[in-house]
Amino acid sequence: MGYLAGFAVTFQKMFKWTPSGETVTVQYPKDKRPKPERLHGRHVLNRYEDGMEKCIGCELCAGVCPAKCIYVRGADNPPDDPVSPGERYGFVYEINFLRCIHCDLCVEACPTEAITESKLFEFSFTNRQDAIYTKSELVVGDDGRPQHLPWEDWRDGEDIPTSAWMRATAAHGAAIHEGEVAWSAELGYGTRAPEPAQSDADLSRSLVSEVREADSGYQSSDDAHGGGH
Amino acid sequence: MGDPLFNNGFDLGVVLIVLVKSLIGFTFVMVGVIFMIWFERKVIADMQNRIGPNRAGPFGLLQTLADGIKLIFKEDLRPDRADPLVFRLAPYLSVAPAFLTFCIVPIGGVFTSGQDGSVHLFGHTTYLQVADPPIGVLFLLAMSSIGVYGVMLAGWSSGSKYPLLGAVRASAQMVSYEAALGLSVVTVILMTGSLSTHDIVATQAGRFLDWNLVTTAVVPFVIFSIAACAELNRPPFDLVEAEQELVGGFHTEYSSIRFGMFYLAEFMNTITMSAIIVTLFLGGPSGPVLFGPQQIWPLVWFTLKLLGFLFGFVWLRATLPRFRYDQLMDLGWKGLIPASLVWLILVAVIRVGNDQDWPRVVGPLVGLGVAGAVFLLLLGALRTSATRRHDEAEVGS
Repeated sequence: MGYLAGFAVTFQKMFKWTPSGETVTVQYPKDKRPKPERLHGRHVLNRYEDGMEKCIGCELCAGVCPAKCIYVRGADNPPDDPVSPGERYGFVYEINFLRCIHCDLCVEACPTEAITESKLFEFSFTNRQDAIYTKSELVVGDDGRPQHLPWEDWRDGEDIPTSAWMRATAAHGAAIHEGEVAWSAELGYGTRAPEPAQSDADLSRSLVSEVREADSGYQSSDDAHGGGH
Repeated sequence: MGDPLFNNGFDLGVVLIVLVKSLIGFTFVMVGVIFMIWFERKVIADMQNRIGPNRAGPFGLLQTLADGIKLIFKEDLRPDRADPLVFRLAPYLSVAPAFLTFCIVPIGGVFTSGQDGSVHLFGHTTYLQVADPPIGVLFLLAMSSIGVYGVMLAGWSSGSKYPLLGAVRASAQMVSYEAALGLSVVTVILMTGSLSTHDIVATQAGRFLDWNLVTTAVVPFVIFSIAACAELNRPPFDLVEAEQELVGGFHTEYSSIRFGMFYLAEFMNTITMSAIIVTLFLGGPSGPVLFGPQQIWPLVWFTLKLLGFLFGFVWLRATLPRFRYDQLMDLGWKGLIPASLVWLILVAVIRVGNDQDWPRVVGPLVGLGVAGAVFLLLLGALRTSATRRHDEAEVGS
């Protein structure tokens, strides 16, 4: 066909005769593309299954935040009506989403898995005040779902899972812990299923066994060393 | 000869008919442009896995209207260094020829079974075309040359470098392809023996074999189509507006409805050129009458042929990448012009042979001989110039 082959291509695409001719446009506000599993959206403050807040007001998230967009102030739990299971709770919690770069370092830093990132990001603030999410806006509702604020566009199902995924630097992020439940139970969702295998099942299995061997080797030598003393 | 409307003097009725015909012609082109823009955007979107306009009106049909209204309400900017008068004049110089060319296109009329394509209206007899000047096709060439002025003056008067570069490219391109355009039209005129578009259509009426596409043996049709595409500055010949290189080409500095007018002119020209190709090579409105009133069918056939060509232009745009500037000039000067010249000589010799009752073989043979000689001369010329350029380059280095 030579020069004319291109004309056949465009003609076939016009009538969608070939799989490559299918329309790829998504009519965005009406339809949405499925979001990637590990998308970083806005934060939520999670609660335990009994309704207690996970946040203990330790300010590690604020400390690690490279954009300095988190402001936390902790306070002692009122003895008669505790907010969180521990001694202290997050009294003030604010995130400025005009500054947040969604790096997820706060999620990595959190010792109680209180702050996580949901997949929600389609917001249209009309003023700067709305962009600063206060604690009452960040905490999940009584059903465990993020609060649907008036300027947020999200639909049923887009808020799952709010507790994101296994943290990259967490101990249980190592491949050796694959298949283990890594996330504390949450209000509304209970215990989440373990993370899926990282990529190629065979590859990860061989990696796991290598790590196990290395681990046991290290362990035994350590024992031997200790025994020598 | 000429429109029979003016045969019996000149009265109010005649003036009214001329006015109404102009109005209908103008409306036809304007509505055509509106739907052509929609059609082009929709078809090219389908070819590129997209959806295309679908917001304004059913299937996005009113998108062009919405765009037009938006353009009218936008701020009309004029650069400080622009020449005020010429800057304002240029868009009109671009639109007017585009419409004027359409005036000579016969869009309907029955030419078979002894009829001459005329219709009777209010006691007057007239053709279904806005005007039928005896110089017909020459008028087409004249108007397409004036269209170059619109582009050239727009680029020059903007007082800015990209428009100027775009305009220089545009005029060079349009002038060089006009030669091929004109030479391929000459073969049609040779077959018809008349410059009038009405006569050209009348001689093609009836059988498919009478179409100039067949009688001139396809080659002039192909050359004319390519040259017309280049003349329209449409892809793959849109070097004029090559946005990667020249921002927007000659209309970079234009905004608001002045820009809209260039856009309008571009699409008007596309429709007009397609209509001209249909008129010159595809028998214009000729086609079989299937059922019902016979005056309807020519209009239908004309519109269908026109649509075919408009689709062809969109298809070209979706498929071919843009030419490089030297490729464009090579194709024009070394490809199309010699080819159309050779074909013209061939057709002319065969035509003379037929008139002079030469034996059947002699005509084509003489034609081929002359064409061969021309070809060899051209080849020699090209080789000489290439050698000289090579020598110059060596001296220079």
